[in-house]
Amino acid sequence: MTMTTMQSTSTADRTVRRAVLPDDDPFLPRPAFVTEIRGETPGIATYRIEFADPDRAAQYEYEPGQFNMLWMPGIGEVPISIASARDEGPGILHTIRATGRVTNAMAKLKPGSPIGMRGPYGRGWPLKQAEGRDVLVVSGGLGLAPLRPVVLALLANRDRYGKVVLMHGARTPKDLLYDYEYESWGKHGIETLITVDRGDVAWRGRVGVVPVLFNRISIDPVRTLMMTCGPEVLMRFAVAEAVAREIPEGWIYYSLERNMHCAIGLCGHCQLGPDFVCKDGPVFDHSQTARFFSREHF
Amino acid sequence: MNVPRPRLGVFKFASCDGCQLSILDCEDEILAVADRVEIAYFLEATRRPLEGGFDVSLVEGSISSPEQIDQIKDVRERSKFIVAIGACANGGGIQGLRNFISIEESIAAVYANPSYVKTLEKSRPIADFITVDLELQGCPINKYQLLNVIAQMLVGAKPRVPDHAVCLDCKRRNIVCVVVSQGKACMGPVTSTGCEALCPAHDRGCFACYGPSHQPNTAALASRFESIGVPSDQIRRFFHAFYSTSQEFVAEGLRHV
Amino acid sequence: MNSSAGIAPTGETVVIEKPVLGAIIDRLWRDGYTVVGPTLAESAIVIDQVRAIDDLPIGWTDEQEAGMYRLRRREDRAYFGYAVGPHSWKQYLFPPKTTLYSIEFHADAMTVKPNVDPVPSYAFLGVRSCDLHAIEIQDRVFLHGPYVDRHYQARREKALIIAVHCAVAASTCFCASMGTGPRSVRGFDLALTELEGEFLVEIATPRGAAICDGIPSRAATGYELGAAARIVDKTRDSMKRSLNTNGLPDLLYQNLEHPRWDQVAERCLSCTNCTMVCPTCFCHALEDVPALDGASSEKIRQWDSCFNPDHAHMAGGNNRPDIRSRYRQWLTHKLASWVDQYGVSGCVGCGRCVTWCPVGIDITEEAAAIRGDQQ
Repeated sequence: MTMTTMQSTSTADRTVRRAVLPDDDPFLPRPAFVTEIRGETPGIATYRIEFADPDRAAQYEYEPGQFNMLWMPGIGEVPISIASARDEGPGILHTIRATGRVTNAMAKLKPGSPIGMRGPYGRGWPLKQAEGRDVLVVSGGLGLAPLRPVVLALLANRDRYGKVVLMHGARTPKDLLYDYEYESWGKHGIETLITVDRGDVAWRGRVGVVPVLFNRISIDPVRTLMMTCGPEVLMRFAVAEAVAREIPEGWIYYSLERNMHCAIGLCGHCQLGPDFVCKDGPVFDHSQTARFFSREHF
Repeated sequence: MNVPRPRLGVFKFASCDGCQLSILDCEDEILAVADRVEIAYFLEATRRPLEGGFDVSLVEGSISSPEQIDQIKDVRERSKFIVAIGACANGGGIQGLRNFISIEESIAAVYANPSYVKTLEKSRPIADFITVDLELQGCPINKYQLLNVIAQMLVGAKPRVPDHAVCLDCKRRNIVCVVVSQGKACMGPVTSTGCEALCPAHDRGCFACYGPSHQPNTAALASRFESIGVPSDQIRRFFHAFYSTSQEFVAEGLRHV
Repeated sequence: MNSSAGIAPTGETVVIEKPVLGAIIDRLWRDGYTVVGPTLAESAIVIDQVRAIDDLPIGWTDEQEAGMYRLRRREDRAYFGYAVGPHSWKQYLFPPKTTLYSIEFHADAMTVKPNVDPVPSYAFLGVRSCDLHAIEIQDRVFLHGPYVDRHYQARREKALIIAVHCAVAASTCFCASMGTGPRSVRGFDLALTELEGEFLVEIATPRGAAICDGIPSRAATGYELGAAARIVDKTRDSMKRSLNTNGLPDLLYQNLEHPRWDQVAERCLSCTNCTMVCPTCFCHALEDVPALDGASSEKIRQWDSCFNPDHAHMAGGNNRPDIRSRYRQWLTHKLASWVDQYGVSGCVGCGRCVTWCPVGIDITEEAAAIRGDQQ
């Protein structure tokens, strides 16, 4: 079990200063606050972020797989996927690795810190299409973050889906994200297969890369839908395994990462062939993107 | 946000002091942040002795003599974040021209009594001796770029500077390309941004005082120079003038003798 | 001459004496427009403010080749006797640098302030057909997607456009093959054809008609209409370059590993010039520029380019780490995926990328080289 640290502030004692903004300039971030920070794995933490404007908070609707732009004023914006389910209290959870200029600055935030947020953006996971089917959720490392709301949604409506398998891997046992939830997910009807690249003294679980786990399960290609997110190399292998097991391309979904500056399809940075990952993705089905998905340097 | 004032040090090695003058030229802006930054060591401006550690050290000049090696290591130990400023600190500078000839030759050419001269064989960049956290290019550096780096640090960001080609700045400023419209030799396509296209804005070609841009295609530009009639030795000088430590620039220059 | 002083109705074509264009420019300024059009800079015809007809490059032309542009004197005093230069109208509708908003932030709160700087009403004088198409393309990018760019929209809605039918083509022009010129067919308020001593003025919109109100003019004769048509036909016939667009998107998608990409990468400087002068390229970078007070900042956007090494940078590394992948992205976007995204090619055949490439890389030649192996 990962040690978690919790810091939080109540929303009541915050200074709420509503900015006067034209509601329709899509570039404008909205003032928000970090209200809770939970340490996850080394270098990764989950931030609960709430809009300062209660009206905006009330209007906010999203689908699992969508993302927000989080903004550190004076530093920059980053696209961060939504890691929470709808019923997890106020605000939105974002699980973030301190890895770049903006996220490293975020790592210094405290509960109560102001932050900018706009969203949600993009196309989410195909939960509706998955109904009545077996669902394969495949993730690596931080890739579990955008799939966590999928897992929670599958759990919440467990009877609408067939067999549900989660295959997740991390580099070491210490890097296993949300490991405090696996047991409960397993208990409530999700077959949870966990693996690490390298074990440690205490590790009694599987060692090996995620795609090997495909050999552990039986897949009925006619009724299986896969959703995968993680390092691109992992997704390529997962897609190859799925294709080899004859899951149709249109039932293979992945969430891609590209350099998203604007998140609204205007700035041009996140293009992948004909698609803008920010608005046409980040979740794609393989039939749509197959010819560019594994194209090197495209 | 009552954070303690960051302690700033300014150090000089083999150089002309031009970059330090760029800092002094920031007088008005620096005064505006006097309550946010403590200038703890800056011989060009104040006479305070060197003591204690520094949050940020700006280091000007190349390493050119044996004792400078010890001095720069001392600066590194005292400093949390080191910004090497200028063409000398990052590329060997103008004095790096001596890197292309033997040290005896250059000493004999310059000094009447060379026996007193203690020098390293080559003028070398700071990063050859210590870890540098940020490189700010240029001969001299651009004061606005320096101020932007300081501003980035004050908001808690790890500072960064772009390293795309000067051409992007020319076009953002609506400057007409001097290569295409006048057939002038311009190093802009292979030179790092930072100067805001100062020379092309004054209707002359860039001479690469900000060093190589990211992945400079030197061969393609040199071949263009040849086709517009730039003499070979001049092409070499374009590539060797400021950044004698850039492998791309040195190699390209040596192809034109 | 049967001068009339009434408002010419939309759809009518009238004739004005050449110097009367000066009266139209005066009228535009009086009506609050900032008139921008071709004007002589030191070494090129650029787009800048035009206060009077003397600001136009009368009697000048240009000579263009791949990687080469030179100003030349004409033997006559033509007002618009040249092709497009290094600038395009995107400088005004989508400026190279814009402040999107500013921000003040403190330990416990932040205030976001939209940029409310007044936006000028531009009158564009001398817009060529290729550039009318380019404006239409940027409209699709900034106005007709799921998100509307308010900064572009504010400028675009105010802009008045006076087109000019091209009387000369540069050697780098290939609009005829792209179906984007040289005749201007839509997207303007007024369109001029330069005859010997007069301009033929097509009045396309009520806004254009209002500008011509009270301007001395007469109805065009059939002979003049014919002469005007012949001028544009002659320009079309003189065009030397062409780009074969037949099946081009699929051709490029099928050739993403073509050896030509390696060859062009050896010549390409990745300097961004082609994308900057391209009137349709829209990539931009968003950047926070903090003030020294540590408590305020501006969000600016600047033109960016897929040739900028940072363009495809992500936390996990650079997705297009070499010149080959960047050039391939540019060409396949411009000529292939653009069609998927916006329903039209991203190239309008203006030839700017050919002329203003410092090493003279020619988009028509590159596309043809890739097609070569396929035929």
